[in-house]
Amino acid sequence: MADLDDLYREMILDHSRNPRNFRSNEAAAGIAHGNNPLCGDRVSVFVDLDGDSIRDISFQGSGCAICTASASLMTQALKGATRRRAQFLFENVHHMLTDGKLPHPEVELGKLHVLEGVREFPIRVKCATLPWHTFHSALTRGSEIVSTE
Amino acid sequence: MSSAVPLDALRDTHAPRVEPLDVERVRQDFPILQRKIRGKPLVYLDNAASSQRPRVVIEAIRKLYEQDYANIHRGVHTLSQVATEAYENSRDKVRQFIGAADRREIVFTRGTTESINLVANSFARPRLQPGDEILITAMEHHANIVPWQLVCEQTGARLRVAPISDEGILRMEEFARLLTPRTRLVAAVHVSNALGTINPIRRMIELAHAAGIPILIDGAQAAPHLRVNVQQLDCDFYAFSGHKMCGPTGIGVLYGKLAHLEAMPPWQGGGDMINVVTFEKTTYNDPPQRFEAGTPNIEGGIALAPAIDYLLGLGMDRIAAWENELLAYATQCAADIPGLRIIGTAPCKASVLSFVLDCAHPHDIGTILDQEGVAIRTGHHCAQPVMQRFNVPATARASFSFYNTREEVDALFRGLRKVLEVFG
Repeated sequence: MADLDDLYREMILDHSRNPRNFRSNEAAAGIAHGNNPLCGDRVSVFVDLDGDSIRDISFQGSGCAICTASASLMTQALKGATRRRAQFLFENVHHMLTDGKLPHPEVELGKLHVLEGVREFPIRVKCATLPWHTFHSALTRGSEIVSTE
Repeated sequence: MSSAVPLDALRDTHAPRVEPLDVERVRQDFPILQRKIRGKPLVYLDNAASSQRPRVVIEAIRKLYEQDYANIHRGVHTLSQVATEAYENSRDKVRQFIGAADRREIVFTRGTTESINLVANSFARPRLQPGDEILITAMEHHANIVPWQLVCEQTGARLRVAPISDEGILRMEEFARLLTPRTRLVAAVHVSNALGTINPIRRMIELAHAAGIPILIDGAQAAPHLRVNVQQLDCDFYAFSGHKMCGPTGIGVLYGKLAHLEAMPPWQGGGDMINVVTFEKTTYNDPPQRFEAGTPNIEGGIALAPAIDYLLGLGMDRIAAWENELLAYATQCAADIPGLRIIGTAPCKASVLSFVLDCAHPHDIGTILDQEGVAIRTGHHCAQPVMQRFNVPATARASFSFYNTREEVDALFRGLRKVLEVFG
Protein backbone atom coordinates (compact mmCIF):
# COMPACT_ATOMS: atom_id res chain seq x y z
CA MET A 1 0.00 0.00 0.00
CA ALA A 2 1.10 3.53 -0.71
CA ASP A 3 3.06 4.91 2.21
CA LEU A 4 3.41 8.59 2.99
CA ASP A 5 7.04 8.11 3.98
CA ASP A 6 7.80 6.90 0.44
CA LEU A 7 6.28 10.07 -0.95
CA TYR A 8 7.66 12.67 1.41
CA ARG A 9 11.25 11.45 1.69
CA GLU A 10 13.62 13.72 3.56
CA MET A 11 15.37 14.76 0.35
CA ILE A 12 12.07 15.79 -1.22
CA LEU A 13 11.15 17.87 1.81
CA ASP A 14 14.59 19.47 1.75
CA HIS A 15 14.36 20.40 -1.93
CA SER A 16 10.81 21.69 -1.51
CA ARG A 17 11.84 23.92 1.40
CA ASN A 18 15.11 25.04 -0.18
CA PRO A 19 14.78 24.66 -3.92
CA ARG A 20 18.09 24.75 -5.82
CA ASN A 21 18.53 26.91 -8.92
CA PHE A 22 15.36 28.75 -8.01
CA ARG A 23 15.74 31.93 -10.03
CA SER A 24 14.52 33.44 -13.24
CA ASN A 25 16.74 33.99 -16.26
CA GLU A 26 14.84 36.08 -18.74
CA ALA A 27 17.86 36.14 -21.08
CA ALA A 28 17.88 32.35 -21.42
CA ALA A 29 17.72 30.86 -24.90
CA GLY A 30 14.89 28.55 -23.94
CA ILE A 31 12.08 29.57 -21.62
CA ALA A 32 8.83 27.71 -21.08
CA HIS A 33 5.95 28.14 -18.69
CA GLY A 34 4.04 25.16 -17.41
CA ASN A 35 0.84 25.03 -15.47
CA ASN A 36 -1.56 22.46 -14.18
CA PRO A 37 -4.95 24.17 -14.50
CA LEU A 38 -6.60 21.61 -12.26
CA CYS A 39 -4.55 22.45 -9.20
CA GLY A 40 -2.84 25.74 -9.90
CA ASP A 41 0.78 24.54 -9.97
CA ARG A 42 2.88 26.88 -12.11
CA VAL A 43 6.50 26.52 -13.10
CA SER A 44 8.78 28.39 -15.48
CA VAL A 45 11.99 26.76 -16.70
CA PHE A 46 14.97 28.68 -18.12
CA VAL A 47 17.58 26.83 -20.18
CA ASP A 48 20.86 28.11 -21.63
CA LEU A 49 22.95 25.95 -23.93
CA ASP A 50 26.65 25.83 -24.59
CA GLY A 51 26.92 24.02 -27.90
CA ASP A 52 25.14 20.74 -27.28
CA SER A 53 25.26 20.93 -23.48
CA ILE A 54 23.03 22.58 -20.93
CA ARG A 55 25.19 25.33 -19.49
CA ASP A 56 22.58 26.67 -17.10
CA ILE A 57 19.12 25.67 -16.02
CA SER A 58 16.90 27.30 -13.41
CA PHE A 59 13.24 27.51 -12.51
CA GLN A 60 10.65 29.63 -10.77
CA GLY A 61 7.04 29.18 -9.85
CA SER A 62 4.72 28.02 -7.16
CA GLY A 63 3.67 24.49 -6.56
CA CYS A 64 3.32 21.68 -4.07
CA ALA A 65 6.27 19.95 -2.42
CA ILE A 66 6.39 17.26 -5.11
CA CYS A 67 6.39 19.75 -7.98
CA THR A 68 8.98 22.02 -6.38
CA ALA A 69 11.30 19.18 -5.35
CA SER A 70 11.01 17.57 -8.77
CA ALA A 71 11.94 20.86 -10.44
CA SER A 72 14.84 21.45 -8.06
CA LEU A 73 16.25 17.94 -8.50
CA MET A 74 15.76 18.24 -12.25
CA THR A 75 17.91 21.35 -12.50
CA GLN A 76 20.70 19.61 -10.60
CA ALA A 77 20.48 16.49 -12.75
CA LEU A 78 20.45 18.37 -16.03
CA LYS A 79 23.10 20.99 -15.50
CA GLY A 80 25.97 20.13 -17.82
CA ALA A 81 24.03 17.33 -19.54
CA THR A 82 24.05 16.94 -23.31
CA ARG A 83 20.76 17.25 -25.14
CA ARG A 84 20.79 13.50 -25.73
CA ARG A 85 21.37 12.70 -22.07
CA ALA A 86 18.68 15.21 -21.06
CA GLN A 87 16.24 13.55 -23.44
CA PHE A 88 17.02 10.11 -22.02
CA LEU A 89 16.67 11.35 -18.45
CA PHE A 90 13.35 12.95 -19.36
CA GLU A 91 12.11 9.62 -20.71
CA ASN A 92 13.48 7.66 -17.76
CA VAL A 93 11.82 9.97 -15.24
CA HIS A 94 8.53 9.74 -17.10
CA HIS A 95 8.61 5.95 -16.98
CA MET A 96 9.87 5.82 -13.40
CA LEU A 97 6.77 7.82 -12.43
CA THR A 98 4.32 5.78 -14.51
CA ASP A 99 5.18 2.12 -15.25
CA GLY A 100 8.59 1.79 -13.61
CA LYS A 101 10.17 0.46 -16.85
CA LEU A 102 13.15 2.63 -17.71
CA PRO A 103 13.76 2.83 -21.47
CA HIS A 104 17.42 3.85 -21.00
CA PRO A 105 18.70 1.87 -18.01
CA GLU A 106 22.27 2.85 -18.93
CA VAL A 107 21.47 6.48 -18.03
CA GLU A 108 21.54 6.61 -14.23
CA LEU A 109 18.76 8.44 -12.45
CA GLY A 110 20.89 9.11 -9.40
CA LYS A 111 19.14 11.31 -6.85
CA LEU A 112 16.04 11.44 -9.03
CA HIS A 113 15.23 7.95 -7.69
CA VAL A 114 13.87 9.69 -4.62
CA LEU A 115 10.79 10.62 -6.68
CA GLU A 116 9.95 6.97 -7.32
CA GLY A 117 7.42 6.87 -4.47
CA VAL A 118 5.20 9.32 -6.37
CA ARG A 119 4.20 6.43 -8.66
CA GLU A 120 2.08 5.01 -5.83
CA PHE A 121 0.08 8.25 -5.74
CA PRO A 122 -1.28 8.45 -9.30
CA ILE A 123 -3.07 11.77 -8.73
CA ARG A 124 0.29 13.35 -7.83
CA VAL A 125 2.27 12.10 -10.84
CA LYS A 126 1.42 15.26 -12.79
CA CYS A 127 2.92 17.34 -10.01
CA ALA A 128 6.27 15.61 -10.55
CA THR A 129 6.17 15.58 -14.35
CA LEU A 130 5.12 19.21 -14.84
CA PRO A 131 8.67 20.66 -14.49
CA TRP A 132 10.05 18.00 -16.84
CA HIS A 133 7.47 18.66 -19.53
CA THR A 134 8.14 22.35 -19.16
CA PHE A 135 11.88 21.78 -19.47
CA HIS A 136 11.35 19.61 -22.51
CA SER A 137 9.38 22.36 -24.14
CA ALA A 138 12.01 24.99 -23.30
CA LEU A 139 14.70 22.78 -24.79
CA THR A 140 12.96 21.67 -27.95
CA ARG A 141 10.55 24.37 -28.94
CA GLY A 142 11.68 27.56 -27.26
CA SER A 143 9.18 29.63 -25.33
CA GLU A 144 5.69 28.36 -24.93
CA ILE A 145 3.12 27.43 -22.36
CA VAL A 146 2.81 23.81 -21.35
CA SER A 147 -0.22 22.34 -19.69
CA THR A 148 -0.49 18.96 -18.06
CA GLU A 149 -4.20 18.81 -18.85
CA MET B 1 -41.69 16.24 11.43
CA SER B 2 -41.85 19.45 9.49
CA SER B 3 -43.29 17.73 6.42
CA ALA B 4 -46.71 18.02 8.05
CA VAL B 5 -46.43 21.81 8.12
CA PRO B 6 -47.43 23.68 4.95
CA LEU B 7 -44.17 24.50 3.27
CA ASP B 8 -44.84 28.10 2.46
CA ALA B 9 -45.78 28.78 6.06
CA LEU B 10 -42.57 27.12 7.20
CA ARG B 11 -40.51 29.33 4.94
CA ASP B 12 -42.01 32.53 6.22
CA THR B 13 -40.95 32.01 9.80
CA HIS B 14 -37.63 33.58 10.51
CA ALA B 15 -35.10 31.58 12.56
CA PRO B 16 -37.59 29.40 14.37
CA ARG B 17 -36.53 27.38 17.39
CA VAL B 18 -35.63 23.91 16.16
CA GLU B 19 -34.89 20.52 17.67
CA PRO B 20 -31.31 19.51 16.93
CA LEU B 21 -30.64 16.80 14.36
CA ASP B 22 -29.98 13.26 15.49
CA VAL B 23 -26.79 13.08 13.45
CA GLU B 24 -25.96 9.46 14.26
CA ARG B 25 -29.36 8.44 12.99
CA VAL B 26 -29.05 10.62 9.90
CA ARG B 27 -25.72 8.95 9.11
CA GLN B 28 -27.48 5.58 8.90
CA ASP B 29 -29.35 6.94 5.88
CA PHE B 30 -26.11 7.32 3.90
CA PRO B 31 -24.65 3.92 2.96
CA ILE B 32 -21.35 5.40 1.74
CA LEU B 33 -20.55 6.78 5.19
CA GLN B 34 -19.97 3.20 6.34
CA ARG B 35 -17.07 2.71 4.01
CA LYS B 36 -13.42 2.73 4.91
CA ILE B 37 -10.65 4.57 3.09
CA ARG B 38 -7.19 3.04 3.47
CA GLY B 39 -8.49 1.08 6.45
CA LYS B 40 -9.86 4.16 8.19
CA PRO B 41 -13.44 5.42 8.41
CA LEU B 42 -14.31 7.80 5.61
CA VAL B 43 -14.48 11.40 6.81
CA TYR B 44 -16.19 13.11 3.90
CA LEU B 45 -15.58 16.86 4.03
CA ASP B 46 -15.89 17.64 0.33
CA ASN B 47 -19.58 18.41 0.38
CA ALA B 48 -19.28 21.72 -1.46
CA ALA B 49 -17.98 19.76 -4.46
CA SER B 50 -20.74 17.16 -4.25
CA SER B 51 -22.81 15.73 -1.44
CA GLN B 52 -23.44 12.06 -0.75
CA ARG B 53 -26.79 10.36 -1.35
CA PRO B 54 -29.26 9.03 1.17
CA ARG B 55 -30.72 5.57 0.63
CA VAL B 56 -34.10 7.00 -0.46
CA VAL B 57 -32.46 8.58 -3.50
CA ILE B 58 -30.50 5.45 -4.40
CA GLU B 59 -33.66 3.36 -3.99
CA ALA B 60 -35.70 5.73 -6.15
CA ILE B 61 -33.22 5.24 -8.99
CA ARG B 62 -33.26 1.47 -8.51
CA LYS B 63 -37.06 1.38 -8.44
CA LEU B 64 -37.30 3.47 -11.57
CA TYR B 65 -35.08 1.10 -13.56
CA GLU B 66 -36.49 -2.09 -12.07
CA GLN B 67 -40.16 -1.18 -12.31
CA ASP B 68 -41.16 2.11 -13.88
CA TYR B 69 -38.76 3.10 -16.62
CA ALA B 70 -39.75 4.36 -20.08
CA ASN B 71 -39.14 7.52 -22.06
CA ILE B 72 -41.28 10.44 -20.94
CA HIS B 73 -43.65 12.87 -22.66
CA ARG B 74 -44.11 10.43 -25.56
CA GLY B 75 -45.80 7.09 -25.28
CA VAL B 76 -49.42 6.25 -24.61
CA HIS B 77 -48.34 3.09 -22.86
CA THR B 78 -48.51 2.65 -19.11
CA LEU B 79 -44.82 2.87 -18.29
CA SER B 80 -44.34 6.07 -20.24
CA GLN B 81 -47.23 7.58 -18.31
CA VAL B 82 -45.86 6.40 -14.98
CA ALA B 83 -42.39 7.77 -15.70
CA THR B 84 -43.78 11.04 -17.07
CA GLU B 85 -45.91 11.51 -13.99
CA ALA B 86 -42.95 10.90 -11.68
CA TYR B 87 -40.78 13.32 -13.66
CA GLU B 88 -43.44 16.04 -13.64
CA ASN B 89 -44.18 15.47 -9.97
CA SER B 90 -40.55 16.22 -9.35
CA ARG B 91 -41.01 19.56 -11.09
CA ASP B 92 -43.83 20.32 -8.67
CA LYS B 93 -41.58 19.33 -5.79
CA VAL B 94 -38.87 21.71 -6.96
CA ARG B 95 -41.43 24.49 -7.33
CA GLN B 96 -42.48 23.91 -3.75
CA PHE B 97 -38.87 23.66 -2.52
CA ILE B 98 -37.92 27.11 -3.81
CA GLY B 99 -41.32 28.71 -3.38
CA ALA B 100 -41.93 29.45 -7.06
CA ALA B 101 -45.40 30.56 -8.09
CA ASP B 102 -45.82 28.38 -11.15
CA ARG B 103 -44.50 24.96 -12.21
CA ARG B 104 -43.79 26.35 -15.69
CA GLU B 105 -41.04 28.43 -14.11
CA ILE B 106 -39.01 25.30 -13.32
CA VAL B 107 -36.71 24.25 -16.18
CA PHE B 108 -34.72 21.05 -15.74
CA THR B 109 -31.10 21.30 -16.91
CA ARG B 110 -27.91 19.29 -16.47
CA GLY B 111 -26.87 21.48 -13.56
CA THR B 112 -26.14 25.02 -12.43
CA THR B 113 -23.60 25.50 -15.21
CA GLU B 114 -26.09 24.65 -17.94
CA SER B 115 -28.76 26.79 -16.26
CA ILE B 116 -26.47 29.82 -16.40
CA ASN B 117 -25.45 29.10 -19.97
CA LEU B 118 -29.11 28.90 -20.92
CA VAL B 119 -29.76 32.37 -19.53
CA ALA B 120 -26.58 33.72 -21.14
CA ASN B 121 -27.55 32.41 -24.56
CA SER B 122 -31.30 32.72 -24.58
CA PHE B 123 -31.95 35.74 -22.35
CA ALA B 124 -28.81 37.87 -22.40
CA ARG B 125 -27.32 37.44 -25.84
CA PRO B 126 -30.31 38.66 -27.89
CA ARG B 127 -30.53 41.86 -25.83
CA LEU B 128 -26.86 42.79 -25.67
CA GLN B 129 -25.40 45.59 -27.76
CA PRO B 130 -21.80 46.79 -27.94
CA GLY B 131 -21.09 48.88 -24.84
CA ASP B 132 -23.71 47.15 -22.70
CA GLU B 133 -22.56 45.68 -19.40
CA ILE B 134 -23.08 42.55 -17.35
CA LEU B 135 -22.22 42.82 -13.67
CA ILE B 136 -20.86 39.91 -11.64
CA THR B 137 -18.92 39.76 -8.36
CA ALA B 138 -15.29 38.96 -7.59
CA MET B 139 -16.27 35.74 -5.79
CA GLU B 140 -17.92 33.93 -8.70
CA HIS B 141 -17.34 30.33 -9.70
CA HIS B 142 -16.04 29.93 -13.27
CA ALA B 143 -19.55 28.81 -14.22
CA ASN B 144 -20.81 32.31 -13.48
CA ILE B 145 -17.91 34.05 -15.24
CA VAL B 146 -17.14 32.23 -18.47
CA PRO B 147 -20.68 32.07 -19.95
CA TRP B 148 -20.84 35.87 -19.62
CA GLN B 149 -17.41 36.31 -21.16
CA LEU B 150 -18.55 34.22 -24.11
CA VAL B 151 -21.66 36.34 -24.74
CA CYS B 152 -19.63 39.51 -24.23
CA GLU B 153 -17.21 38.35 -26.92
CA GLN B 154 -20.10 37.61 -29.25
CA THR B 155 -21.93 40.90 -28.70
CA GLY B 156 -19.32 43.50 -27.81
CA ALA B 157 -20.75 43.85 -24.31
CA ARG B 158 -18.47 44.29 -21.34
CA LEU B 159 -18.13 42.28 -18.12
CA ARG B 160 -17.88 44.34 -14.93
CA VAL B 161 -16.82 42.89 -11.57
CA ALA B 162 -17.93 44.13 -8.16
CA PRO B 163 -14.99 43.85 -5.74
CA ILE B 164 -14.80 42.05 -2.39
CA SER B 165 -13.03 42.89 0.87
CA ASP B 166 -10.14 41.02 2.49
CA GLU B 167 -12.71 39.11 4.54
CA GLY B 168 -14.44 37.99 1.37
CA ILE B 169 -17.43 40.32 1.74
CA LEU B 170 -18.99 41.99 -1.28
CA ARG B 171 -18.41 45.75 -1.28
CA MET B 172 -22.02 46.83 -1.51
CA GLU B 173 -21.31 50.48 -2.25
CA GLU B 174 -19.16 49.41 -5.22
CA PHE B 175 -21.79 46.94 -6.32
CA ALA B 176 -24.42 49.69 -6.25
CA ARG B 177 -22.10 52.08 -8.11
CA LEU B 178 -21.56 49.51 -10.88
CA LEU B 179 -25.30 49.28 -11.57
CA THR B 180 -25.37 51.78 -14.42
CA PRO B 181 -27.73 52.63 -17.27
CA ARG B 182 -25.53 50.36 -19.40
CA THR B 183 -26.01 47.31 -17.15
CA ARG B 184 -28.29 44.76 -18.80
CA LEU B 185 -28.01 41.92 -16.29
CA VAL B 186 -26.54 41.10 -12.88
CA ALA B 187 -25.30 37.58 -12.15
CA ALA B 188 -24.21 36.90 -8.59
CA VAL B 189 -23.50 33.95 -6.37
CA HIS B 190 -25.71 33.32 -3.32
CA VAL B 191 -23.07 31.39 -1.35
CA SER B 192 -19.42 31.40 -2.46
CA ASN B 193 -18.02 27.90 -2.96
CA ALA B 194 -14.43 29.02 -2.34
CA LEU B 195 -15.00 31.37 0.62
CA GLY B 196 -18.30 30.32 2.14
CA THR B 197 -19.57 33.91 2.13
CA ILE B 198 -23.36 34.23 2.10
CA ASN B 199 -24.17 37.27 -0.01
CA PRO B 200 -26.94 39.70 0.96
CA ILE B 201 -28.81 38.76 -2.19
CA ARG B 202 -32.13 40.20 -1.09
CA ARG B 203 -30.54 43.65 -0.92
CA MET B 204 -28.62 43.04 -4.16
CA ILE B 205 -31.84 42.08 -5.93
CA GLU B 206 -33.55 45.22 -4.60
CA LEU B 207 -30.71 47.41 -5.81
CA ALA B 208 -30.68 45.80 -9.24
CA HIS B 209 -34.44 46.10 -9.61
CA ALA B 210 -34.40 49.71 -8.42
CA ALA B 211 -32.16 50.34 -11.43
CA GLY B 212 -34.48 48.30 -13.66
CA ILE B 213 -31.93 45.50 -14.11
CA PRO B 214 -32.78 41.77 -14.06
CA ILE B 215 -30.66 39.53 -11.81
CA LEU B 216 -29.63 35.88 -11.87
CA ILE B 217 -28.59 34.14 -8.66
CA ASP B 218 -26.18 31.18 -8.73
CA GLY B 219 -27.61 29.08 -5.92
CA ALA B 220 -25.49 25.94 -6.34
CA GLN B 221 -24.06 26.18 -2.82
CA ALA B 222 -27.10 27.77 -1.23
CA ALA B 223 -29.87 25.34 -2.14
CA PRO B 224 -28.53 22.50 0.07
CA HIS B 225 -28.02 24.69 3.13
CA LEU B 226 -30.43 27.62 3.22
CA ARG B 227 -34.14 28.14 2.83
CA VAL B 228 -34.70 29.72 -0.54
CA ASN B 229 -37.91 31.40 -1.61
CA VAL B 230 -37.65 32.87 -5.06
CA GLN B 231 -40.89 34.82 -4.74
CA GLN B 232 -39.77 36.53 -1.56
CA LEU B 233 -36.36 37.17 -3.07
CA ASP B 234 -37.97 38.36 -6.30
CA CYS B 235 -34.91 37.28 -8.32
CA ASP B 236 -35.40 36.91 -12.07
CA PHE B 237 -33.44 33.65 -12.34
CA TYR B 238 -32.16 31.17 -9.77
CA ALA B 239 -29.88 28.27 -10.74
CA PHE B 240 -28.89 25.18 -8.74
CA SER B 241 -27.79 21.54 -9.03
CA GLY B 242 -29.17 18.25 -7.74
CA HIS B 243 -25.86 16.63 -6.86
CA LYS B 244 -24.94 19.18 -4.21
CA MET B 245 -28.21 18.62 -2.36
CA CYS B 246 -28.24 14.83 -1.97
CA GLY B 247 -29.82 14.35 -5.40
CA PRO B 248 -28.47 12.69 -8.53
CA THR B 249 -25.72 14.10 -10.72
CA GLY B 250 -26.54 15.53 -14.12
CA ILE B 251 -29.77 17.18 -13.04
CA GLY B 252 -30.15 20.84 -12.25
CA VAL B 253 -32.73 23.55 -12.21
CA LEU B 254 -33.20 26.93 -13.76
CA TYR B 255 -35.93 28.93 -12.11
CA GLY B 256 -37.00 31.86 -14.27
CA LYS B 257 -39.89 34.27 -13.95
CA LEU B 258 -42.55 33.11 -16.36
CA ALA B 259 -42.66 36.40 -18.25
CA HIS B 260 -38.93 36.07 -18.98
CA LEU B 261 -39.14 32.42 -19.99
CA GLU B 262 -42.09 33.06 -22.27
CA ALA B 263 -40.18 35.82 -24.05
CA MET B 264 -37.00 33.80 -24.45
CA PRO B 265 -36.18 31.88 -27.66
CA PRO B 266 -35.09 28.26 -27.34
CA TRP B 267 -31.39 27.61 -26.85
CA GLN B 268 -31.11 24.01 -28.01
CA GLY B 269 -33.35 22.48 -30.64
CA GLY B 270 -34.69 18.96 -30.80
CA GLY B 271 -37.54 16.77 -29.66
CA ASP B 272 -39.87 17.84 -26.85
CA MET B 273 -39.24 21.56 -27.31
CA ILE B 274 -41.40 21.93 -30.43
CA ASN B 275 -45.02 22.47 -31.17
CA VAL B 276 -45.26 21.92 -34.93
CA VAL B 277 -42.31 21.13 -37.17
CA THR B 278 -42.27 21.46 -40.94
CA PHE B 279 -39.24 22.07 -43.12
CA GLU B 280 -40.47 25.60 -43.69
CA LYS B 281 -41.19 26.63 -40.12
CA THR B 282 -41.20 25.25 -36.60
CA THR B 283 -43.20 26.65 -33.74
CA TYR B 284 -41.84 26.17 -30.27
CA ASN B 285 -43.34 24.64 -27.20
CA ASP B 286 -44.14 26.73 -24.14
CA PRO B 287 -41.85 26.93 -21.10
CA PRO B 288 -40.48 24.85 -19.54
CA GLN B 289 -40.50 22.28 -22.40
CA ARG B 290 -39.21 24.93 -24.80
CA PHE B 291 -35.87 24.70 -22.97
CA GLU B 292 -35.76 20.93 -22.52
CA ALA B 293 -34.80 19.60 -25.94
CA GLY B 294 -34.29 15.87 -26.29
CA THR B 295 -34.74 13.02 -23.86
CA PRO B 296 -33.74 14.50 -20.52
CA ASN B 297 -32.02 13.00 -17.49
CA ILE B 298 -35.11 11.05 -16.51
CA GLU B 299 -33.64 9.25 -13.50
CA GLY B 300 -32.05 12.48 -12.32
CA GLY B 301 -35.29 14.38 -12.50
CA ILE B 302 -37.30 11.68 -10.81
CA ALA B 303 -34.79 11.03 -8.01
CA LEU B 304 -34.48 14.73 -7.24
CA ALA B 305 -37.91 14.56 -5.57
CA PRO B 306 -36.90 12.12 -2.80
CA ALA B 307 -33.75 14.20 -2.22
CA ILE B 308 -35.89 17.29 -1.64
CA ASP B 309 -38.30 15.33 0.54
CA TYR B 310 -35.36 14.08 2.54
CA LEU B 311 -33.94 17.56 3.14
CA LEU B 312 -37.35 18.99 4.00
CA GLY B 313 -37.99 16.04 6.31
CA LEU B 314 -34.87 16.90 8.26
CA GLY B 315 -35.78 20.58 8.06
CA MET B 316 -33.65 23.23 6.39
CA ASP B 317 -33.39 25.15 9.66
CA ARG B 318 -32.11 22.13 11.56
CA ILE B 319 -29.66 21.44 8.74
CA ALA B 320 -28.39 25.04 8.83
CA ALA B 321 -28.16 25.03 12.64
CA TRP B 322 -26.02 21.89 12.76
CA GLU B 323 -23.79 22.96 9.88
CA ASN B 324 -23.24 26.33 11.55
CA GLU B 325 -22.23 24.55 14.73
CA LEU B 326 -19.73 22.41 12.85
CA LEU B 327 -18.31 25.49 11.12
CA ALA B 328 -17.97 27.36 14.41
CA TYR B 329 -16.24 24.37 16.01
CA ALA B 330 -13.88 23.93 13.04
CA THR B 331 -13.07 27.64 12.97
CA GLN B 332 -12.23 27.47 16.67
CA CYS B 333 -9.98 24.39 16.14
CA ALA B 334 -8.27 26.16 13.25
CA ALA B 335 -7.08 28.90 15.58
CA ASP B 336 -4.91 26.30 17.37
CA ILE B 337 -3.01 25.27 14.25
CA PRO B 338 0.15 27.36 13.88
CA GLY B 339 0.54 28.96 10.46
CA LEU B 340 -3.06 28.30 9.41
CA ARG B 341 -4.80 31.16 7.64
CA ILE B 342 -8.50 31.00 6.85
CA ILE B 343 -9.41 32.39 3.42
CA GLY B 344 -12.89 33.82 3.72
CA THR B 345 -13.74 35.23 7.14
CA ALA B 346 -17.08 36.89 6.47
CA PRO B 347 -19.36 36.92 9.52
CA CYS B 348 -22.17 35.40 7.47
CA LYS B 349 -20.83 32.12 6.10
CA ALA B 350 -22.01 28.70 5.01
CA SER B 351 -20.15 25.65 6.30
CA VAL B 352 -17.01 26.10 4.22
CA LEU B 353 -13.55 26.32 5.78
CA SER B 354 -11.05 27.35 3.12
CA PHE B 355 -7.49 27.70 4.37
CA VAL B 356 -3.78 27.69 3.64
CA LEU B 357 -0.86 26.58 5.79
CA ASP B 358 2.49 28.38 5.91
CA CYS B 359 4.46 25.17 5.70
CA ALA B 360 2.56 23.03 3.19
CA HIS B 361 0.90 23.41 -0.18
CA PRO B 362 -2.79 22.47 -0.32
CA HIS B 363 -2.00 19.42 -2.48
CA ASP B 364 0.32 18.03 0.08
CA ILE B 365 -2.26 18.69 2.78
CA GLY B 366 -4.86 16.85 0.70
CA THR B 367 -2.62 13.81 0.16
CA ILE B 368 -1.73 13.49 3.84
CA LEU B 369 -5.35 13.88 4.94
CA ASP B 370 -6.40 11.26 2.40
CA GLN B 371 -4.08 8.80 4.13
CA GLU B 372 -6.18 9.41 7.24
CA GLY B 373 -9.45 8.82 5.37
CA VAL B 374 -10.27 12.53 5.36
CA ALA B 375 -11.55 13.81 1.99
CA ILE B 376 -11.20 17.53 1.37
CA ARG B 377 -10.88 19.59 -1.79
CA THR B 378 -7.60 21.21 -2.71
CA GLY B 379 -6.95 23.57 -5.58
CA HIS B 380 -8.56 26.68 -6.97
CA HIS B 381 -12.15 25.42 -6.61
CA CYS B 382 -13.00 26.66 -10.11
CA ALA B 383 -12.64 30.17 -8.76
CA GLN B 384 -9.21 31.28 -9.97
CA PRO B 385 -10.05 35.00 -9.66
CA VAL B 386 -10.79 34.41 -5.96
CA MET B 387 -7.36 32.79 -5.56
CA GLN B 388 -5.77 35.78 -7.32
CA ARG B 389 -7.70 38.18 -5.09
CA PHE B 390 -6.25 36.54 -1.97
CA ASN B 391 -2.86 36.01 -3.60
CA VAL B 392 -2.77 32.26 -3.04
CA PRO B 393 -2.23 29.62 -5.75
CA ALA B 394 -4.77 27.32 -4.18
CA THR B 395 -6.47 26.54 -0.89
CA ALA B 396 -7.46 23.48 1.10
CA ARG B 397 -11.19 23.42 1.67
CA ALA B 398 -13.18 21.43 4.19
CA SER B 399 -16.92 21.76 3.62
CA PHE B 400 -19.35 20.31 6.11
CA SER B 401 -22.74 18.76 5.65
CA PHE B 402 -25.45 17.93 8.15
CA TYR B 403 -24.26 14.32 8.30
CA ASN B 404 -20.81 15.31 9.54
CA THR B 405 -19.91 15.11 13.22
CA ARG B 406 -17.71 16.97 15.66
CA GLU B 407 -15.56 13.83 15.78
CA GLU B 408 -15.00 14.20 12.06
CA VAL B 409 -13.88 17.79 12.58
CA ASP B 410 -11.45 16.40 15.17
CA ALA B 411 -10.19 13.89 12.58
CA LEU B 412 -9.55 16.76 10.17
CA PHE B 413 -7.43 18.58 12.71
CA ARG B 414 -5.60 15.41 13.78
CA GLY B 415 -4.72 15.07 10.10
CA LEU B 416 -3.54 18.66 9.93
CA ARG B 417 -1.26 18.03 12.88
CA LYS B 418 0.26 15.17 10.87
CA VAL B 419 0.85 17.65 8.05
CA LEU B 420 2.69 19.86 10.52
CA GLU B 421 4.78 16.88 11.64
CA VAL B 422 5.85 16.18 8.06
CA PHE B 423 6.32 19.77 6.90
CA GLY B 424 6.59 21.87 10.03
